[in-house]
Amino acid sequence: MNPELVGRVFPPTAPYLVGREKVREFARAVFADAPQHSDPEAARALGYDDVVAPPTFAMVVQDLTLQQLLGEPGSGIELSRLVHAEQRFRYSRPIVAGDELVATLTVTGIRSLGGNAMITSDAEIMDATGAHVVTAISVLLAGEAGA
Amino acid sequence: MSALVVGEVVAERSVHLTREALVRYAGASGDFNPIHYRDDVAAAVGLPGVLAHGMLTMGIAVGTLAEALGDTGRIVEYGVRFTRPVVVDPEAGADLHVSAKVGAVDGETARVDLTVTHAETTVLGKAQVRVRLS
Repeated sequence: MNPELVGRVFPPTAPYLVGREKVREFARAVFADAPQHSDPEAARALGYDDVVAPPTFAMVVQDLTLQQLLGEPGSGIELSRLVHAEQRFRYSRPIVAGDELVATLTVTGIRSLGGNAMITSDAEIMDATGAHVVTAISVLLAGEAGA
Repeated sequence: MSALVVGEVVAERSVHLTREALVRYAGASGDFNPIHYRDDVAAAVGLPGVLAHGMLTMGIAVGTLAEALGDTGRIVEYGVRFTRPVVVDPEAGADLHVSAKVGAVDGETARVDLTVTHAETTVLGKAQVRVRLS
């Protein structure tokens, strides 16, 4: 793991357009059966324009930033040896179908831990108006390849 | 959830996970790490078996609260530590049990503590949801 990645701010991801069917698909996958996740009328009754994504849907957008990190030349991270240690989300508002979201990843820390690297990162997710939607904070443990 | 009382269990549920559920989550989330669907890869990296995605467990846990909250937009913060793996047997699957209890209430928000167990073991650490009171 390249320690010089600490402090690195990656370029913003390409805009991710949140689709209604994607929200429904994700809600079904996480057993989120509350009606606002699948029924636009139920979501409107709560004051939203369209179906509301379950809270952990932000990971779908954050994942685009983690792909940037994994794709970094010399990152030395192998997907099957990557362990998710901690996850946190701080919300300004929930993600709603129709949102166009852009995420910016900052690597906030890398620590060596007995052949593993502990990587902490923040992904700031903003909407098309530039307003903050959610910050996704991850702690990943990366086993060194062949270790 | 009008009057939150510290110590009160506000929601609870059990969810049965199968390998199909893991494949469904892989597709829905885009997380195609093979340790979540290939026994050979899980064994090669020293795992006791194919594991549920931590993010699937995290998602199931918070979903338990949705009905009690009415509007999931009341959630201002949600964090967990992935402390124990959830091994999903190809035939028997795995059962998760989630219990949501009010941990603290201050002027504007409440902290709801989620306890998630699999086979009598707690699998998430410090699983806490901060929600707006109104």
